[in-house]
Amino acid sequence: MLHKRGAATVTATLSGQDLTLIRGDRCLFQDLKFALKSGELLLIEGPNGSGKTSLLRAIAGLANLEEGRIAWNNTSVKRGRQDFHADLVWMGHQPGFKGDLTLVENLRFEAGLRTMITSAAEHQLIRLGLAGLTDIPFRALSAGQQRRVALARMLMAEAALWLMDEPFTNLDAAGQQLVIELLQEHLQSGGMCVMASHRPVELEATVQRITLR
Amino acid sequence: MWTFLHKLSSPPHFYDLAARMIPWLAGSALLLITYGTIAGLFFAPPDYQQGDSFRIIYVHVPAAYLSMMAYAVLAVSAGIGLIWRIKLAHAVAAGAAPLGAWFTFLALVTGSIWGRPMWGTWWEWGDPRLTSELILLFLYFGYMALRAAIDDTAKADRASAVLALAGAVNLPIIHFSVEWWSSLHQGPTLIREGGPAIAAEMLWPLLAMILGFSLLFGALLLARVRTEVLIRERRAKWVRKLVYPEETA
Amino acid sequence: MNAPHLPRMFDGLVAVIRRDLELAWRRPGDVLNPLFFFAIVSTLFPLAVGPDAEQLALNGPGVLWVAALLAALLSLNSLFLNDYEDGSLEQMLLSPQPLPLLALAKSMSHWLVSGLPLVILSPLIAMSFQMPARATTVMMLTLALGTVSFSLLGSIGAGLTVGLNRGNALLSLLILPLAMPVLIFGARTVSLAAADDAVSAGLYFLGAYCMLALTLAPFATAAALKISNE
Repeated sequence: MLHKRGAATVTATLSGQDLTLIRGDRCLFQDLKFALKSGELLLIEGPNGSGKTSLLRAIAGLANLEEGRIAWNNTSVKRGRQDFHADLVWMGHQPGFKGDLTLVENLRFEAGLRTMITSAAEHQLIRLGLAGLTDIPFRALSAGQQRRVALARMLMAEAALWLMDEPFTNLDAAGQQLVIELLQEHLQSGGMCVMASHRPVELEATVQRITLR
Repeated sequence: MWTFLHKLSSPPHFYDLAARMIPWLAGSALLLITYGTIAGLFFAPPDYQQGDSFRIIYVHVPAAYLSMMAYAVLAVSAGIGLIWRIKLAHAVAAGAAPLGAWFTFLALVTGSIWGRPMWGTWWEWGDPRLTSELILLFLYFGYMALRAAIDDTAKADRASAVLALAGAVNLPIIHFSVEWWSSLHQGPTLIREGGPAIAAEMLWPLLAMILGFSLLFGALLLARVRTEVLIRERRAKWVRKLVYPEETA
Repeated sequence: MNAPHLPRMFDGLVAVIRRDLELAWRRPGDVLNPLFFFAIVSTLFPLAVGPDAEQLALNGPGVLWVAALLAALLSLNSLFLNDYEDGSLEQMLLSPQPLPLLALAKSMSHWLVSGLPLVILSPLIAMSFQMPARATTVMMLTLALGTVSFSLLGSIGAGLTVGLNRGNALLSLLILPLAMPVLIFGARTVSLAAADDAVSAGLYFLGAYCMLALTLAPFATAAALKISNE
């Protein structure tokens, strides 16, 4: 992560302007803007179907904006796409792992897609409650456990920006608490996060909000 | 010049400009096609080998030419829409596809009719031109089918643009391969390569028909694109003013 | 600005191929089904057309090639489907690895799993068509080049139709016109070889087309995947 490199702490910024998205006949959101710094969380709130996921996907670059610009560290993400991707990690609705492969094989594949730090892997897996589950096929894990593997990806990836879409689904109370803790640690060490959630989030960090209707 | 182009890519300006151009295009097309038809059917001398049956080239050749020009228009405008994100370009591509498919079909039917006296059958696989036209028709079908399968207009625009470009790259290769394939077994072809010099009385009506068909394509394309633009921009203010003029802005 | 955390260039390509091969190993049906299909379709023609040896020898190359094309189409449909459904495609789209390289990797693993076995099986099928030995080598060469082209071209179609409801038939409609030059050159070159004629023209063409597909198709596939995943 940027904040770990070198002696000086580098602040990362993510900003968006004039964000407008039209899906078919509906205008999901219009002229939105935000500016996020290291250590901050951008929370996208709103009822189901209000376009939270679409906004998050638009920020990630998965969905096409009608109008608007996203900039990572003051460089347009359209131009600096590779750097942007190298600095982010995504947690979507689906876990994004192969059911036939084991946890270890899946994470090994991830290491080919992005830079992963696996030195503390064992410790992290224990913390996530996945200790004995490393050698069974991914599809044999419960939905909650699969979510935790996605969290493992977030932890191990060397990414300043976490993009999380409804991270609390399928997790029990302990799991949800874990997400908050991990997020807290991430923000405190200089990372940032954009999260879409209809569940209230309480953190000791600067939280900016965008509320969609 | 850039202001003109920039204005052209704005839907309401295009809508008006196209409306003014269509009568000119259609009118001149009508004149040229009338001349070409009459001169071709009645005044051009009969071919020394095929007699009167050659006269169908006055429809077949323009149709074949247009079928390919339409694909070029489709591919280029789809490419412009994809790269520079100009929505009007996508509308042009959408409008050109059915027209191109019809011209291709017309070329195939007239080609088949033309070949019948020569081949004795309604279809001759050995003719490279006709086989290429058939594959072109499938390319059009694929394009239109992909568009129809995707609900979201913008997404359909972009996906079909990728397909159109892939088809454009393949088109010369398809022609070449069919030529090679039919040259292995020399079958009777419709248009002899380097055949006898075409007489002037035969040539002028043909050129007139080609130009007339092109202008007709232009007129039809503009008309289709105008409709496309109305549908795509149906929520915009200028469209509402057109449809409900009594409403105040 | 130096970004030391960018992954190395071919890591993604190797990772995708390796993973897809691992998956194919776990589900051998995915590999065997297209192979069986190829064998069965090749058998359909003699059954339908009659056992006349001369006719079989004449039609053999064409039948083999059509069967190869159809078998490739069969397995192309699911090329990106699983990845799309379980979210792996999303992760690939957001990876710092260049998407065209990842798309190329998918095409390559598709070929390794469906095209290559087909090429290896083809001499057996060719025997049943009374194909002379001199033509069999040419046949394997043309099939190798051709199936690589099919995998590359087909990835574009698969990328465009992933996530669509009736993507199956649509995929065929999209790919078949584009694949016709390969089919033409492939089948006819083998026929020429069987008749002891010069085959270099056909082989050069197939090689050239393969190179063209190798260079351009991954970019088209990458664009298609981005669009389909919106």
